[in-house]
Amino acid sequence: MTGAPAPLGYLQTAGPHADPATALTWGLLIISVVVVVIMTALVAAGVVVRRAPRGADAALREGPNAHGWFYIGLPLTCITLVVSAIWTFQVLAAVNSPAGQPALTIQVVGHQWWWEVRYEGKAPGEGFVTANEIHIPAGRPVLVEVTGADVIHSFWIPALAGKTDTIPGRMNLTWLQADHPGLYRGQCTEYCGAQHAHMAVYAIADAPAAFEAWRQAQLAPAPAPVAPQAIAGAQVFQAHCSACHAVRGTEAAGIVGPDLTHLMSRQTLAAGALPNGEASLAGWVSNPQAIKPEAKMPATNLSGPELNAVVAYLETLK
Amino acid sequence: MTALGEARRPRIVRATPDFPGPRLQALWETAPGLKGWLGTVDHKEIGLRYIVTAFAFLIAGGVEALVMRLQLAGPGRQLLTPEAYDQLFTMHGVTMIFLYASPVLTGFSNYLWPLLLGARDMAFPRLNALSYWIYLAAGLFLYAGFVVGRGPDDGWFNYVPYAARDFNPGVNIDIYALGLILLGISTTVGAANFVVTFLRLRAPGMSVNRVPIMIWGTLTASVANLLAVPAVSLAFFLLWMDRQFGTHFFDASQGQPLLWQHLFWLFGHPWVYAIVLPAMGMVSDGLPTFCRRPLVGYTAVALATVATMALGFGVWVHHMFAVGIPAMAASFFSGASLVITVPSAVAVFAWTATIWTGRVAVTTAFLFYASMIVLFVLGGVSGVMTASAPVDWQLTDTYFIVAHLHYVLIGINVFPVVGAIYYWFPKFSGRRLSETLGYWNFWVMFVGFNLCFLPMHWLGLMGMPRRIYTYPAGMGWDASNLVVSVGGFLFAAGVALLIVNVLVSLRRGKPAGPNPWDAPTLEWSVPSPPPPYNFAVIPTVGSRHPLWEGRIESAPGRSSLTEGLLLDQGRETVGTSALDAEPDLILQMPEDTTAPFWLAVGLAVAFGFALPHAWTGVAAGLVIAGLALIVWFWPRQIRGRPQAAEPIDA
Amino acid sequence: MLEVAMPEAAAAPALPIGASGRNSVGWPGMLCLIATESSLFAYLLFSYYYMALQHGPEWLPERHPSIALAGPNTLVLLASSAAVWWGEAGIKHARRGQHLIGLGAGIALGVTFLVVQGFEWKAKPFRLDTSSYGSLFFTVTGFHMAHVLVGVLVLATVFLWSVLGYFSPRHHARMTIASIYWHFVDVVWLFVFSTFYLSPWVLA
Repeated sequence: MTGAPAPLGYLQTAGPHADPATALTWGLLIISVVVVVIMTALVAAGVVVRRAPRGADAALREGPNAHGWFYIGLPLTCITLVVSAIWTFQVLAAVNSPAGQPALTIQVVGHQWWWEVRYEGKAPGEGFVTANEIHIPAGRPVLVEVTGADVIHSFWIPALAGKTDTIPGRMNLTWLQADHPGLYRGQCTEYCGAQHAHMAVYAIADAPAAFEAWRQAQLAPAPAPVAPQAIAGAQVFQAHCSACHAVRGTEAAGIVGPDLTHLMSRQTLAAGALPNGEASLAGWVSNPQAIKPEAKMPATNLSGPELNAVVAYLETLK
Repeated sequence: MTALGEARRPRIVRATPDFPGPRLQALWETAPGLKGWLGTVDHKEIGLRYIVTAFAFLIAGGVEALVMRLQLAGPGRQLLTPEAYDQLFTMHGVTMIFLYASPVLTGFSNYLWPLLLGARDMAFPRLNALSYWIYLAAGLFLYAGFVVGRGPDDGWFNYVPYAARDFNPGVNIDIYALGLILLGISTTVGAANFVVTFLRLRAPGMSVNRVPIMIWGTLTASVANLLAVPAVSLAFFLLWMDRQFGTHFFDASQGQPLLWQHLFWLFGHPWVYAIVLPAMGMVSDGLPTFCRRPLVGYTAVALATVATMALGFGVWVHHMFAVGIPAMAASFFSGASLVITVPSAVAVFAWTATIWTGRVAVTTAFLFYASMIVLFVLGGVSGVMTASAPVDWQLTDTYFIVAHLHYVLIGINVFPVVGAIYYWFPKFSGRRLSETLGYWNFWVMFVGFNLCFLPMHWLGLMGMPRRIYTYPAGMGWDASNLVVSVGGFLFAAGVALLIVNVLVSLRRGKPAGPNPWDAPTLEWSVPSPPPPYNFAVIPTVGSRHPLWEGRIESAPGRSSLTEGLLLDQGRETVGTSALDAEPDLILQMPEDTTAPFWLAVGLAVAFGFALPHAWTGVAAGLVIAGLALIVWFWPRQIRGRPQAAEPIDA
Repeated sequence: MLEVAMPEAAAAPALPIGASGRNSVGWPGMLCLIATESSLFAYLLFSYYYMALQHGPEWLPERHPSIALAGPNTLVLLASSAAVWWGEAGIKHARRGQHLIGLGAGIALGVTFLVVQGFEWKAKPFRLDTSSYGSLFFTVTGFHMAHVLVGVLVLATVFLWSVLGYFSPRHHARMTIASIYWHFVDVVWLFVFSTFYLSPWVLA
């Protein structure tokens, strides 16, 4: 979905809540490589240089006490560690104390195996719920309150911030801020059951105007279907899907699965398992278990026409 | 000397082939047949059983890993269902950490401790047998579910609430819970045995500054086990209560999911040191033999061993940096975790200095030991990276951690253990392993290992999460994963070469003689394999290197190995004082008995029936265990009546 | 080779055969057991305090738990420790009557403690599965009672062996080992008692 060679890599990050740790990661990585190279060279050279001649039994000898190795090695070790520790404390302080008030506060709830994203808004009626894709205004600090609905998951969008566990019964805080508009992939990183592998999340940083437009669009209830097939699909949906899924503006108000009010505004289905589109929708709705075995959504057992109708309806949820 | 009385003045004699060996052989030999096999309390037999069983589990865990690597060799592969993958990675972790890494070291220590210390057995030989039988029972218990597709499936650290009944209703987690409690009994009694053996059974003159570093390693690990294992046993017991009796320890509504993580890692982190410190001790003792000089900085390394363990109890929260802890706590646990590097560095510099100031005889064992230094450094620096909380928030739960923990556990456990097999196989069997095959063994393992695990660091930095059964293409992970899988199979081929070498050399290996490496410690003073009584006479130790005395300055000749206390009135060895090892007691060692076997059977039966709440079966198991305890502990000597003052078991 | 040449058939100092008391291997073995059991109770009480800290004061079902039963019961347990100690002194000084009476009284007081604890359990208004406090209360006190029960069985076995004449003033290692275990079980109770019965009074 992006041009990045490794969408989840974090050697390059894109926001003030990740960047200080990235610099530290590079710093420690370079120190580590240098230490490994030096020590490997020392051990290998020692074996080569001190190797007893072949065939000759090496005589036993006391050898020097060689404590010089400690006197040189340990201070160097300690200096490196102290530098690492001070740098660590600085980064902790930088990451933990964001400047200013959050431009936006959202809630992210980890579910088996998808992400609920809640935009509360300032007044009643200004809030909405979406799933698996988080839109944020670029360049603005966003406070994220994370929790878990069932088991522990971990919320991670590596380009923007380190991991925060989503723990049921407990609220953790993290920050997302993207320097530039763009798509940033994330993933659940605490093992949470069968479909832990298919639990992607996206942060989409929009230019502030675009973000506002998106927000307004999300606030609107679902448009009423017009085409006859879509109208039929809405009835199928009400009968088969509404116990778990909500579509604002209709009677469907289930809270077990993702809110589908603006499903087609999302780029993927089933927490990143499929690209969003007609074919994927049909495949997913007819048999989710073939795509995400053990997912909480059962096979719907719809007839062909019913399936086509419900897909046609879902495609209206723009 | 006549029969046993209240006290005796043992003669000091010179051992010859005819005296007192044959008499001791008759006293100490295990009877032939099934009863003898089930009843032996010989630490060497028990030690070998531990090693063989642990290797069987190593192979099982290795096969599990290879199957996973087939699944992960490319994106979107569908060899395994998610549930199968989840049981595989869980059993792989459980097997390697609980059923291989610790027991294999227990096996070596069991075999070697009395020989290293100049004793005839462990302090509690029957407890030793019990420890093995329970370990075997727990291993089979843990695998019983897996073979019928009901194995543990929540990873080896088994986080709640996913492990709670609401989310994981099958018997899978109950098997893990009860199996680990059972295993905890084995670990605990084994640990107590090592501690008491250290305190009371060192040969006369073996003061605490003369014991090999491996003794320090196992001793430290044992003390840690005594203090840490109750945390995990308790955690699993509380979880079982939550799952079966509706208690509220870990549920989100009334309990605390994070309490599980605290209890688990309060155990888990010290345990990591417990499964590497004895192996580090093997290297500290083995390298000097091949460098033809004493270890550089014995005291520093011994103290570093203890310091590592002590610090290891204060860093458990670094496994929990992402659970939402205050910045102050993150700083503290980051700092404390960084400090552990210092004692580790002491060991690394001691080993490197020993190589640089010695004359190196490059043998297979040496190659495994020396390569361990490099792998230890690599696993250590990646540990330093994860110790830094802000870095860990990115690294944790990615393949970087998988790489780190395998460098630690394979680098500091498997490599030294294989080195130790090359080193001590002559002692175990009387024959040497093939050195030619050994070189192949080493290089295939070393290259395979690094090919498998070095790219995992990169995969982690590219963001690949651990514990995913599949991944999509386009994440930048495909090529590295293929290399990892190829490396994994190469590494497995290396392990296969070891097994081939062992099997071939058992029959065709060159005879070893008592001391093929010209090594300095007491186990090499006795024949290979050692007789059941270990030492014909109790040796007196006068230096850290009894077999190098007179040849190096730090070991002037003072030990007495062929002349010593004659203890042949029954199974006897000498008890010595805790610090300076002055003889103060003739210890009467127990006869062979099947009581430990039956106690283990009884406990396993009770645990097995507890799974389905079959309380009658549980009671039956406990009755078996109780009878075994009665047989075990019934006194053998009537002391209080004058007419029966003489012992009846001389 | 030897620093001091030892002639053939030289003899070491006289060494006692078999342990008499604390010089047995069982003594440090029991200390190891006590170390590991102490850790177990430390982790249990850690769980209690962790839970209390995370949930706040409302978590406690009773701000001022009654010590009407548990208080006197604590004295019973302490008295049993004293009795066992006195009984051990009896065997050391070959006072067989004192030994058996002390040991017997210790056992009786231990059983009394268990019976009173049974009434204490019945008196509680909550159950094991009522709340996390209830789970902790019954689990921790249950663990302790299990240890008391094991202690009573061990002391009873030692009593039986003593009656059968297996001990002498010099050889009574098992009595020594059993009694230190009993004292340990009593000391653990003081921590359990302080946690469940006293700390709420202080903290509330």
